[in-house]
Amino acid sequence: MKVLVPVKRVMDYNVKARVKSDGSGIDLANVKMSMNPFDEIAVEEAVRLKEAGVATEVIAVSCGLANCQETLRTAMAIGADRAILVDTDVELQPLAVAKLLKAVADKEAPQLIILGKQAIDDDANQTGQMLAALLGWPQATFASKVVVADGKATVTREVDGGLETLALSLPAVVTTDLRLNEPRYATLPNIMKAKKKPMDTLKPADLGVDVAPRLATVKVSEPPKRSAGIKVADVAQLIAKLKNEAKVI
Amino acid sequence: MAILVIAEHDNASLKAATLNTVAAAAKIGGEVHILVAGSGCQVVADQAAKIAGVAKVKLADAAHYGELTAENHAALIVANAAGYSHILAPATSHGKNTLPRVAALLDVAQISEIIAVVDADTFVRPIYAGNALATVKSSDATKVITVRSTGFDAAPADGGNAAIEAVAAAADLGQSKLVGREIAKSERPELTAAKIIVSGGRGMGSGENYHATLEPLADKLGAALGASRAAVDAGFVPNDYQVGQTGKIVAPQLYIAIGISGAIQHLAGMKDSKVIVAINKDPDAPIFQVADYGLVADLFTAVPELVAAL
Repeated sequence: MKVLVPVKRVMDYNVKARVKSDGSGIDLANVKMSMNPFDEIAVEEAVRLKEAGVATEVIAVSCGLANCQETLRTAMAIGADRAILVDTDVELQPLAVAKLLKAVADKEAPQLIILGKQAIDDDANQTGQMLAALLGWPQATFASKVVVADGKATVTREVDGGLETLALSLPAVVTTDLRLNEPRYATLPNIMKAKKKPMDTLKPADLGVDVAPRLATVKVSEPPKRSAGIKVADVAQLIAKLKNEAKVI
Repeated sequence: MAILVIAEHDNASLKAATLNTVAAAAKIGGEVHILVAGSGCQVVADQAAKIAGVAKVKLADAAHYGELTAENHAALIVANAAGYSHILAPATSHGKNTLPRVAALLDVAQISEIIAVVDADTFVRPIYAGNALATVKSSDATKVITVRSTGFDAAPADGGNAAIEAVAAAADLGQSKLVGREIAKSERPELTAAKIIVSGGRGMGSGENYHATLEPLADKLGAALGASRAAVDAGFVPNDYQVGQTGKIVAPQLYIAIGISGAIQHLAGMKDSKVIVAINKDPDAPIFQVADYGLVADLFTAVPELVAAL
């Protein structure tokens, strides 16, 4: 069974986002970019399925600028077998990405698509669900455990108030939550090997997809700052402040 | 045109996040309808009909909506989408799971987790873990939106008298099936609806310490219990305790952060709280930069003192 793993190139999670002074967006000049952490978990899970003999091939796919190739090389260093870049400089929104991924899935016919629950840049949390809808497949979002056996996937999901477990018919879409696994570090030999793995490049037009954005960003601004309050000397003063000043207890 | 709000419920009661979503719909302007999908959920429809400002409740009651899967729920919403300019759901795990499917099936964008309404086409939503706010304008005919409940004051649960109209259930797609659920039963208020939250971090040291130290305080205050991602990752408490960008977004009247350093992703989940108290032995912990009242102290002496003094 083939597993498709979409990955996104985003600002590294250790970098603090800074709003551009003209309010047009986030300053991405000269900042470190990495694979979206949730997608890294998705790649790891797919590779583990291959190591367990459940999956036969893991294909990483990324949509965006040519430098998404770096992200795809990272996916292959973790263990993906090959990669597909959908190359475009149009600003891609989740619906457009879902349409591109559907077109790739139609060609590749994977039984499982695993991707991050959200990207840490736009925090949209949409692509997996949209992709599942466009394909007409079942979905299990926010996965903390995935078991694939007997033509179905049994997925434990992190939901409000606890966990729930779904049984899905295959093919299906799974989106990862933080606690699904801990991705391995790519070793130097694997990074070298990844350079030789095959990577195809497609254009949105090759896939017949209109990627025009549906949402226009009017402006991006800093959130209101919360200023530091005071330090209290002891518990007694804290209680006095909460009772008399803040009046919350 | 009218606005359709998707009710969040457990077949027995309407969840509070629905009220915040109705409030967001009221800000957009237009007649507000609520869609209740479930099994044996007439009581939920009755509650929805009482919400102030709601003009109509649509009730789809069918056995296969008892465990509402994203596939079935999205198909039902799409079947009922005609005539609505906006479709809104709370940004709960169910809303986030279901609504992008609706948007894709309608071939429109989804606008995730709005915190403010500028006009009927323009909304404000946090990006980059709340480090920036994006104002976005939609050009789609139908706006499909999830609403972050902390961005909107709840609509009054009483005062309305909407008509309840039964709508036909869609076919059971049967693509996914619930096989198990572990929902923690608790006497405490729900984290996202609590007025006071007592939250513990890595500084708790262990799950035993977490419970032994924080539960008496939460009991005294009638508070919900929360945790930082560090505490969840260390296994002190289950994942549903997590407050933060990837956990729950909360905005209680009082948030007490104990042994929490204040990582940016935690702050993203609680910085809209009205009053923040931090107790930490490290005077340089970033949590103090957002706390209204900071106490530099060993939590294992300060918290019992606090419990004794309350």
